[in-house]
Amino acid sequence: MKEIIDRLQELYPIGDFKQQNKSLALITVDKDKAVDFITRLKNEEGFLHLSIITAVDWLEKNKFQLSYLINNPTTKNSFVVRVMIDRENAEMFSIHHLWEQAATYQRELKEMFGIDFPGSPGVDKPFILEGWHEIPPYRRDFDTKNYSEETYFPREGRTKNVPAEYMKQKLYPDE
Amino acid sequence: MSKEHTEKRIVYSPEGDPIEVNPLQDYFCEDLPEVHKASSIAILENFRNWARSRSLWVLGFGTGCGAIEMRPLMTPKFDAYRYGIQWRPTPRQADVFVVSGYLSVKTLKRVIRTYEQMQGPKYVMALGSCTINGGMYWDSYNTINRLDYYLPVDVYVAGCMPRPEALLAGFDQLKKIIREGRGEGYNKYAEEFAWYKANQKKIIKDWDMPDYNW
Amino acid sequence: MDPLIKQILFALLTIFIVLNYGLIVQGIVRKIGARVGRRYGIPFYQPYIDIIKNYSKRTRISHGIMYYIAPVFRLTGGIGLLLFIPVIFGNNMFQNFSFSGDLLLILYFQFFGVLGMALGAAESGHPNSAIGVSRGLSQVTAYELPLTLGVLSLAVQYNTLNVSEIVAAQQGGILNWSFFTNPLASIALLLAFLAAMGRSPFDVVLAPQEIPIGPPTEFHSGFLGVLQLNRAIFPIAKLILFMNLLFGGATNWGELIIKTFFIYMWSVFVGVAFPRFRVDQSVRWYLGVPLIIGVAAVVVSKFF
Repeated sequence: MKEIIDRLQELYPIGDFKQQNKSLALITVDKDKAVDFITRLKNEEGFLHLSIITAVDWLEKNKFQLSYLINNPTTKNSFVVRVMIDRENAEMFSIHHLWEQAATYQRELKEMFGIDFPGSPGVDKPFILEGWHEIPPYRRDFDTKNYSEETYFPREGRTKNVPAEYMKQKLYPDE
Repeated sequence: MSKEHTEKRIVYSPEGDPIEVNPLQDYFCEDLPEVHKASSIAILENFRNWARSRSLWVLGFGTGCGAIEMRPLMTPKFDAYRYGIQWRPTPRQADVFVVSGYLSVKTLKRVIRTYEQMQGPKYVMALGSCTINGGMYWDSYNTINRLDYYLPVDVYVAGCMPRPEALLAGFDQLKKIIREGRGEGYNKYAEEFAWYKANQKKIIKDWDMPDYNW
Repeated sequence: MDPLIKQILFALLTIFIVLNYGLIVQGIVRKIGARVGRRYGIPFYQPYIDIIKNYSKRTRISHGIMYYIAPVFRLTGGIGLLLFIPVIFGNNMFQNFSFSGDLLLILYFQFFGVLGMALGAAESGHPNSAIGVSRGLSQVTAYELPLTLGVLSLAVQYNTLNVSEIVAAQQGGILNWSFFTNPLASIALLLAFLAAMGRSPFDVVLAPQEIPIGPPTEFHSGFLGVLQLNRAIFPIAKLILFMNLLFGGATNWGELIIKTFFIYMWSVFVGVAFPRFRVDQSVRWYLGVPLIIGVAAVVVSKFF
């Protein structure tokens, strides 16, 4: 996997490279070059399968990290291509022209993180939430506990126990 | 009331004549539910309640993980049929709504529609801690915490998830309630209709159905 | 007593006996099915409780006039069929309203309820109902051919259109039954009988796992109660018809119950052994072997 990166190093500005295990490597690519890079991996290097697109919210750095997990079915190798994008007006180029199913992931990301993918089919349609009016719920500045308590009539007197400690107290109260 | 299918529109007949359609008036009934008193003849009502308790038709609608706990009840090991419990595929013919586990807001909307299409007397059995106080999803942004704010619940079966045996015990309890004539949940729903609707509309933001789905 | 009043009372008695017999047989068959699947099964009187329960529902809603009338049509089909068949051979009163041309009327009456149900189910507006009705009507069209051909063959053989005379001709020993004197027509009729009973492999109408329960999807409370009453009477009426046509009729109620129970078991055994056909398979199957046998039966009984 390293040799692929070494070969492509001259063509694309590739950031950190980390070999996670024998068949999985993490690489960071600039936002502008990311789609080119993924296209290259798909067309020339045999990474034909898009496993998932997901996002991580780096609230402290004010960034979103998009992770494209792509897989080479012949060599059984996978790359996680990581792209850092700004948190304000988060926007990324769509890759639905490479894999049709990417449109679905992008629709979900739009709804759950508010990351826009202009040109992706149906990206503005609601995915699983119905009539959601708050900020996107997977963003870390959305306080889900607070929202739940305000909205869903919490039952008074609900308590929480750590199972191990609770059972210890029940079974061996003297210790 | 924003969805397309509830908006007024004009459709054309095969001859080309325009017909104005207002779905909420034309396709739905706007009446609100009424309280139905039990018969004043005690012996008749007792007999009916006995029949109701011996013939519980369960709606086959699994909302959460508990749906998987209902299936073993049909198998030789538990065989709920011998207690008169059967599964019906349509809400019109069902008596018991088993809300099996957590309810997201999206599911709750369907559950309310389905519950209102059932014919009274109808009963609700709620499974699992999720329907009691939210369970492990108590702080989630899209699952409800307490079912009894949205629907009248007759029996709770606690657990996460309750085993099929617990379900059978729950059905047993429900039978007892029905035979004692306390299974009047749908009358309670009709009496406190405004309160239930306010709660439902508070969390279901895109309300695109009539107030009562007949 | 005025003979007409007596006749009416006996007709009501027939309906009452057949209704109870039908409900109990329904329960017993389901119990047998459960025992085959190693379950304990429902109590045999469960169908009674279900009907009482459905009638004691407090709310019912309507989709229109045809929706109201459809269950009545269906029940009329069942009771009408029953009352035009001579139930007990040799008993003047349990001949009910059978007359010299009753065979043709019976053939028509089998489908009376289906058509009424089709109108009512269509008005309920549920897509599953419409699918169920269209499936049902196409299957009816298919199995009607061997059924009619078989009946025609019997009519040619006995030279009559009167069920009582067909029964009378079969008296005097097992070997006089049409089942043995006209085996081709019997095979065609018994194959058509499978679909007429609506059990697997020909249960494309109700199709419990595909189109949940087809035509009666929207029927509830009392409407469903009426349909359940019909579900008890109608199969027994059909059983009595087939018993009269093929197995020499019955001279008392005991004989009737034994014979019809075994004819019922024929469809039950086939049902537990074979999975459901798709509707096109079912139609094609009836247009194949059973149709050929039916044609052969007519030809044989006409020219040999």
